[in-house]
Amino acid sequence: MNEATNEPLSAAPVSTSVPVLECRDLSISYFTRAGEIPAVVDFNLKVHAGEAVGIVGESGCGKSTVALAIMQYMGKNGRIMAGELKFMGRDMRAMGEAELQGLRGSKIAMVYQEPMASLNPAMRIKDQLMEVPLHHEKVGEKEAFERALAMLADVKLPDPRRIMEAFPHQISGGQQQRVVIAMALLSNPALLLLDEPTTALDVTVEAGIVDLIREIASRFNTGMIYISHNLGLIRETCDRITVMYSGEAVEDGTVGEVFNAMRHPYTQGLFRSIPLPGADKNARPLIPIRGQLPLPHQRPHGCNFGPRCDHFKPACDAGPIPMRQVPSQPDHRSRCIRFEQIDWNAPPAHADTGEPIPLGPRVLEVDGLKKYYEIANRSLLAMIRGTAVKTVKANEKLDFDAHEAETVAIVGESGCGKSTFAKVLMGLETATEGRAVLGNRDIAATPVQSRKPQVVGHLQMVFQNPFDTLNPSHTVGSQIARVIRKFDVEQDREKVKDRVMQLLDMVKLPRDFYLRRPRQLSGGQKQRVGIARAFAGNPRVVVADEPVSALDVSVQAAVTQLLMEIQRTNRTTLLFISHDLSLVRYLADKVIVMYLGHLVEQGTTDEVFAPPYHPYTEALLSAVPVADTSVEKRRIVLEGDIPSAVNPPPGCPFQTRCQRKIGRICETEYPPLRTFGEGHRILCHIAPEELEAMPPVFTTAEERAAE
Amino acid sequence: MATTFDARPAAPPLLDRLSAPKAVLILVALMWVPLTLYVMAGRNLGVLQPYILLPAIPATLILYVLAVRAWRESWTAVIGATLVFFWLLMAVSAPYLPLLDPNKPIAPFVLPFSHGKVGDTFFWLGTDFKGRDMLSRTVWGCQRVIVWGVTATVVAYVVGTLFGLIAGYLSGWWDELITFFGNVLLSFPVMVLFIVVLNYLGPSGFNIVIAVTFASAPAIMRIVRGLTLDIKSRDYVFAAQTRGERPFYIMIFELLPNVRGPIIVDACLRLGYTTVAITTLTFLGLGLQPPDPDWGLMIKEAAKTAMLFRFSYMLIIPALSVSTLILGFNLMADGLREISLRD
Amino acid sequence: MAILILRRLVQMALIIVVASFLLFLIFDTDAFKKKTAIAELGGFGVSSLSEADYQKWLDEKGLNVPFYQRYGKWLGDVATGDLGRSYEKSTAVGPLLLDRLKNTGILAFWVFALMIPLSLVTGVLAGMREGSAQDRTLSFIAVFTTSIPEIATAILLTVIFALGLGWLPAKSAMIGGFNWRQLVLPVLTLVIYDFGYVARMTRASMAEVMTSQYIRTAVLKGLPFRHVIVKHALRNALIAPFTIIVLQLNWLLSGVVVVEVFFEYDGFGKLLLEAALFGDIYVVQACTLVAVVIAVLSQIISDVGYTILNPRIRFA
Repeated sequence: MNEATNEPLSAAPVSTSVPVLECRDLSISYFTRAGEIPAVVDFNLKVHAGEAVGIVGESGCGKSTVALAIMQYMGKNGRIMAGELKFMGRDMRAMGEAELQGLRGSKIAMVYQEPMASLNPAMRIKDQLMEVPLHHEKVGEKEAFERALAMLADVKLPDPRRIMEAFPHQISGGQQQRVVIAMALLSNPALLLLDEPTTALDVTVEAGIVDLIREIASRFNTGMIYISHNLGLIRETCDRITVMYSGEAVEDGTVGEVFNAMRHPYTQGLFRSIPLPGADKNARPLIPIRGQLPLPHQRPHGCNFGPRCDHFKPACDAGPIPMRQVPSQPDHRSRCIRFEQIDWNAPPAHADTGEPIPLGPRVLEVDGLKKYYEIANRSLLAMIRGTAVKTVKANEKLDFDAHEAETVAIVGESGCGKSTFAKVLMGLETATEGRAVLGNRDIAATPVQSRKPQVVGHLQMVFQNPFDTLNPSHTVGSQIARVIRKFDVEQDREKVKDRVMQLLDMVKLPRDFYLRRPRQLSGGQKQRVGIARAFAGNPRVVVADEPVSALDVSVQAAVTQLLMEIQRTNRTTLLFISHDLSLVRYLADKVIVMYLGHLVEQGTTDEVFAPPYHPYTEALLSAVPVADTSVEKRRIVLEGDIPSAVNPPPGCPFQTRCQRKIGRICETEYPPLRTFGEGHRILCHIAPEELEAMPPVFTTAEERAAE
Repeated sequence: MATTFDARPAAPPLLDRLSAPKAVLILVALMWVPLTLYVMAGRNLGVLQPYILLPAIPATLILYVLAVRAWRESWTAVIGATLVFFWLLMAVSAPYLPLLDPNKPIAPFVLPFSHGKVGDTFFWLGTDFKGRDMLSRTVWGCQRVIVWGVTATVVAYVVGTLFGLIAGYLSGWWDELITFFGNVLLSFPVMVLFIVVLNYLGPSGFNIVIAVTFASAPAIMRIVRGLTLDIKSRDYVFAAQTRGERPFYIMIFELLPNVRGPIIVDACLRLGYTTVAITTLTFLGLGLQPPDPDWGLMIKEAAKTAMLFRFSYMLIIPALSVSTLILGFNLMADGLREISLRD
Repeated sequence: MAILILRRLVQMALIIVVASFLLFLIFDTDAFKKKTAIAELGGFGVSSLSEADYQKWLDEKGLNVPFYQRYGKWLGDVATGDLGRSYEKSTAVGPLLLDRLKNTGILAFWVFALMIPLSLVTGVLAGMREGSAQDRTLSFIAVFTTSIPEIATAILLTVIFALGLGWLPAKSAMIGGFNWRQLVLPVLTLVIYDFGYVARMTRASMAEVMTSQYIRTAVLKGLPFRHVIVKHALRNALIAPFTIIVLQLNWLLSGVVVVEVFFEYDGFGKLLLEAALFGDIYVVQACTLVAVVIAVLSQIISDVGYTILNPRIRFA
């Protein structure tokens, strides 16, 4: 580091006892047409130098509001109503605009959720970086440039000089986020706010950023606030944690205390509703939190979590509930009046452990399926060279089969070709080569328009984005009814309506949703309607494209459970497309790992999650943030970004990022498909013995003890 | 509060029922069909002519109340609606108002707020150079511009939306072809296109509809195409495709209802443009033809004879009238946009 | 990027070709040819023209040859600058049109010179603080001025400044040579109407940029508000208004018709309208062709400008 950053942080005297930031009884409200909406109530937080505090909670819990309030940037209609906000002992609420300007970006810096949107599209990276020292420390152009360049190197960006000259759209998402982090660190801030900094990134890219963040805390002695909805990420980056629910902190303490001995039912509910990669579905079923988040103006009296809590007693809704310290743990506090009475080690009350169900005959067989696109390259160079038309290999030789009542998970990051495969299967695209046999009919080359209604009805889809999945202009009932008539399940008006009602029952929605419009539904409810619609035609195969990734954690569990339940009772084959390996482990029978259109590994869930691994699977597993403190994992961070499918690397598709690359052969030759056991296949040059000798990525405490 | 509501318990539910889409459509039809028939068919209506506009008056009033009620959150929209509905009310009630015959010369060059030399008729807004009552001509003058303006805009929208949906949804060659012809038409300056089309077809209300369609439909097509391209990638369209719906079904039932919102705002603005265009064309002698009153005609006739400050009311009155109508459309568009952004 | 511009150029050339073909097709119809024949041969109307006379006239003019030959000849004429003759003014169309275009050019120059700074400043000031009193006032003025059609603005300005106060001449025929005082009212009329539209577009663009996340980033970097506006917001917010302003050239060609006719200013618009009313076919045809060419050129400038201003396209 250069010298300027080693200067004292502030003119104010800094002693170790003064926290970098202290929020005391902070209340924040927004003022809308409907009146005052309290976004955050009675919020306390302390951050010391070099300490990382995590704030975790679901959407609408007020965690981002806290971050913007600390920055004193709440727009026209947001206001701090009460409480203290102290930065290094000085009251921020009393500061003028000029003083705040001096703090922002210099003593307090922020990293945002969407790196692309946070960078000015019309300015070069260097200008955006250099501004920080130019304005806050009044250094010369040359020094500002040098410091920006050094900081880019510090955040481990390759070729910093090129990136300095680039515009934001010319670099990848992961690189953009590193630039934003560099921008935040340039003035060596005392406090760094990170608002979901990895949510918009792919898992293996996320792992790199998380590593960088951990390094920052130790190296720069910065106080950090890490806001996330992901408990695993908090565990990997933070020392302390505050759990928020519906505008209030419900529990805070050190990561160890809260993760191992939580003292609030909401925290416990959160942990029980997320899948942990250490356990499978039969050992530890997901338990959703019933009900849904209350809207800010519909919060219940007393405990906000009351209506959803299993331990609810009449006293809970009597009045406001204070935060109380947990006995013998000075740092650990909970906003539950009954935490002493609750037996925290009791097994969950309504855990329905599903027995593994026997698989039926083969329903779907995919054999050598290829999908190539041709895209016109309109650059002058390409036209001269005669390579104006480029072939993009979106799917390269996919082989697998799926049985009745089986769940096959297709795993991969963006650009791996899983969505293209879904489109081919659904008949929106036709395969370039190969077969996809549904029942006894090859559908790979038949567009959906030429398929028989029954065939179309037998193959349906659940979509990713709950806000897009339903047409906002039609009622819920009419959208499901259309499917029933279209697939000729029923035609009679009354019978169709009966069937819609049955389907609403099946997805556990009240029958009066029939006449509702999608905008009156929450995300989870919309997704349930989406599931009802997919199952309306009694499908044999359902393709679910990341069906829960856009939902809140507690709702995810409920929707996942529902989907599996329906699948079990109907003995439907489920193709589950996901990037979330912990979820996949929890629900899949068979796993297919894809990278850049290639199928790199497939096998049963147990086979894929245990060695031998494909190096990519190994990295993917390692990138999963784990919220279970008893699980240790080997950290593998991949270099660089996922290559574009338009310009795939020669040889092995994974060779540019592979941590186990063995040499020239990886760059020149397409790897062989090695078979282990019955159906476990890995596409790799590495010798089978070496693959089998890999240590497992996850080890539990018991396993470590046994060694 | 409760007691005041108890006094008239029936009022809110009635308005609620009238606000249902079907009721509004019926009201619009009740207002619009008689007015259009009255203006377009005119004397061919025979014995019906004196009575046909009667149902339109209550319909217009109810629609105004509904509009104010629905848009009460935006003052801009309410003011806009008030201006527009004022002229609509004038248009449907002109035959029943105690007005002088707009085409009958009485006494030329009588200043506003004075009696003519002959008789004791009081002229609120004076008379024009031929001695026709300005007030009467101003009130009657809004009929044709409103009817032809709205008809032309609606036709342009139907054509533009249809092509926009096709270009946006079907893409490929359809898109290339439609977009290209749209661009050809768009490269004609609007007024030049009007002049060429009306010069070719001859000046008349129907031909104005055609000219406006040629001029506006490509722009509407572009907007709808853009919206369609956006909506097309939504999952519910994907869902419709995966259950094997025909493109026609997807365009009409899945896409059209969702492009409606932004289009309504644009339509209000475009109603303003069309009103300007018709008035201007009439002023230039290519639009509506005499003798029936029209604002553009009033300006055209007065521009030759009234170039004196004393008589400038002959120009100012129609100019302000048309401006208020256009201002009404524009404010309505602004207010609606404001409302749509809030939700 | 070069390819992008080249593609646009080819597209635009194609548009001109198709538009000219359409124009030829319209003016090649019997109705129009008969009008011309009457204008040349003399007569009182289409009905008085005998079929034999008409056919003879067609033969003389070489208009009885097959369609493609006629079109080819016309194209050749246009390419060599021969745009036909005006029967009303009995002169060649080419020089006449050029002279009128020059007058309209003067008008357009002043309109743009006033309108651009005025509307950009208004739009930026309004959009900078969306929803503030400043924004509401400026926005209302902008809606108000766009709502008054040119014809009404022209009337009001004339009544106030010419008929009432007597400061300026009511007509702009420039009979005694060029006189800047006669230019004021037409320019003002066009500026007032157009200013509101461009200002509203600028405001919308500015307001959108101000709510974007990168502005938040800039503010939270601790930069002064002035710096945020000038360095971060304007660059992005002025891209859209730039293209809109260039496209106003197309709009201006519409606007000048009514203004020039009302103020009797001898420009392109008045020429076109008079020719259309008189049935001076060649003049109408030439005017339209020129209008289309100017419009297409403005589109090209707008497109190229957009490409250059927007780094996301420039360095794609």
